[in-house]
Amino acid sequence: MADLSVKICDVDFKNPIIPASGVFGYGREYEELFPLSKLGGIATKGTTLNRRTGNLSPRIAETPAGMLNSVGLQNPGIDHFIEKELPYLLTKDVTILANIAGSTAEECVKVAEKLEKTDVHMIELNISCPNVKQGGAAFGTSCETAAEVTRQVRKATTKPLIVKLSPNVTSIADIARSVEDAGADAVSLINTLLGMRIDINTGRPILRNNVGGMSGPAVFPIAVRMVWQVANAVKIPVIGMGGVSSGHDAIELMMAGASAVQVGAAIFTDPFAPVRIVEEINDFLDSKGISSVNEIIGSVNPW
Amino acid sequence: MKYTQGKYIIIQKAAIARNIYSFTISCPEIARIAVPGQFVHIRADGFTLRRPVSICGIDPKKGSLRIVFEIRGEGTSAISRLNEGDVIDMLAPLGHGFTIDPDFEKVVLIGGGIGTPPMLPLAWIYGKKAVAISGFRNASAVILQEDFAGTGAETILCTDDGSAGIHGFVTQPLENLVKSGKIDAVFACGPAPMLKNVAAICSKNNIFCEISLEERMACGIGACLGCACKTKRNDEEYFAHVCKDGPVFNAEEVLW
Repeated sequence: MADLSVKICDVDFKNPIIPASGVFGYGREYEELFPLSKLGGIATKGTTLNRRTGNLSPRIAETPAGMLNSVGLQNPGIDHFIEKELPYLLTKDVTILANIAGSTAEECVKVAEKLEKTDVHMIELNISCPNVKQGGAAFGTSCETAAEVTRQVRKATTKPLIVKLSPNVTSIADIARSVEDAGADAVSLINTLLGMRIDINTGRPILRNNVGGMSGPAVFPIAVRMVWQVANAVKIPVIGMGGVSSGHDAIELMMAGASAVQVGAAIFTDPFAPVRIVEEINDFLDSKGISSVNEIIGSVNPW
Repeated sequence: MKYTQGKYIIIQKAAIARNIYSFTISCPEIARIAVPGQFVHIRADGFTLRRPVSICGIDPKKGSLRIVFEIRGEGTSAISRLNEGDVIDMLAPLGHGFTIDPDFEKVVLIGGGIGTPPMLPLAWIYGKKAVAISGFRNASAVILQEDFAGTGAETILCTDDGSAGIHGFVTQPLENLVKSGKIDAVFACGPAPMLKNVAAICSKNNIFCEISLEERMACGIGACLGCACKTKRNDEEYFAHVCKDGPVFNAEEVLW
């Protein structure tokens, strides 16, 4: 049994696998299937200052080796999260990343301030949601706005601050450097890629929002490339995600430079995916005689 | 246990109409707890998203479930190629089912097309107290009529083109039943326009009505919030989720 524990911004994870924000709600539904303590961490559903109703249906479409979603940040608001969801999650022996979002930098600041008084372990600031008209990806697609919202949230919290980056940009490494300079403690990437499908019988987009975020195995090579570029560009830890569906994929992202790995769409195919991936990472390390998962982080030997 | 995921053996497979398949699956732990109106979420090999399929039969003694589904696209096509003896990967039983009330003296079950299968477990429960109205496009799409007759329920068949049963929509016999005597509840599953019309008739006549909805779905258990459906509860509009809050909703709550 290899040592699977990792440390990010002085926060301990018993293993590097974290269900990504949005696929896992606040954990209750999956606890019916496995103990949450088997996970390294949980990135909770993106939460805003006030309750958001989200987008009209359909919000989901299948794509080759992947899917589109346009949920639109439906969530019950940060007060509900702090009162009803977080205390329960904090009893589960798993590291909690509170994913937060807002239409304005001020909203993000207010949400972070509310979390400051809680025992949540880390904040993951979403500057990359493709499904909301204001805020979301609008912050994440320029170095200036990404840095500005990071700087303001940084001032509002002493919690370790992870900034979740959009892949829908020309140079993700430049954005990563900007948020690092603005005070981010870590970055996570990639959020979904903006996509679209059309029903050719009706001429209508399948998603009611017309466009949505693409995820699943199809985006995995893009995630590997972006994690590698960002890990080479910044000194802060990188949390990788994007189409990971096996231990093999997770190890690949870690070799590219990820200190931990989030699992998203794979959980829809296999609800046990995060737990299975932890086991598969361990099997790989044992088969190679590697004693700690930390040895593979950034270990790619590029040509 | 509310639901579980596993691989289960298909013990019987039949093609029962064009592009419509019936699978009987050995899954004792699911059959023990499943209720009418719930669904199973089936992994389609090679696809990211599972496919939700309503439960058409529950046999806790034999430890089996029956599902009947239509090929709608590549995912359901892949599932239809599974054979007897193969394993099927299911996350189940999911969702909120129909109301079972022993005080109901007369209920009407309405199925439209591939919305007919989830009404069959209800027919087994309500038996002689039930009238099962089924509507199809034409005679070649008709399914499950002998099964409904076997439950003791009265059956009424309608087709859009008159090639079998009554020429017309399911709402015509429903209106006639409403006029001819007291109905305690109407349960329905089928295309949205049909459900909307059934709901309107029930609302006008003050009849308790539950409908089973369909929506594109990802997790199936209420975590991802993908399968939103606009509803009204306590006078407040709210996006409920078909997988967890439904698929069965009180018709009064659904905003069309």
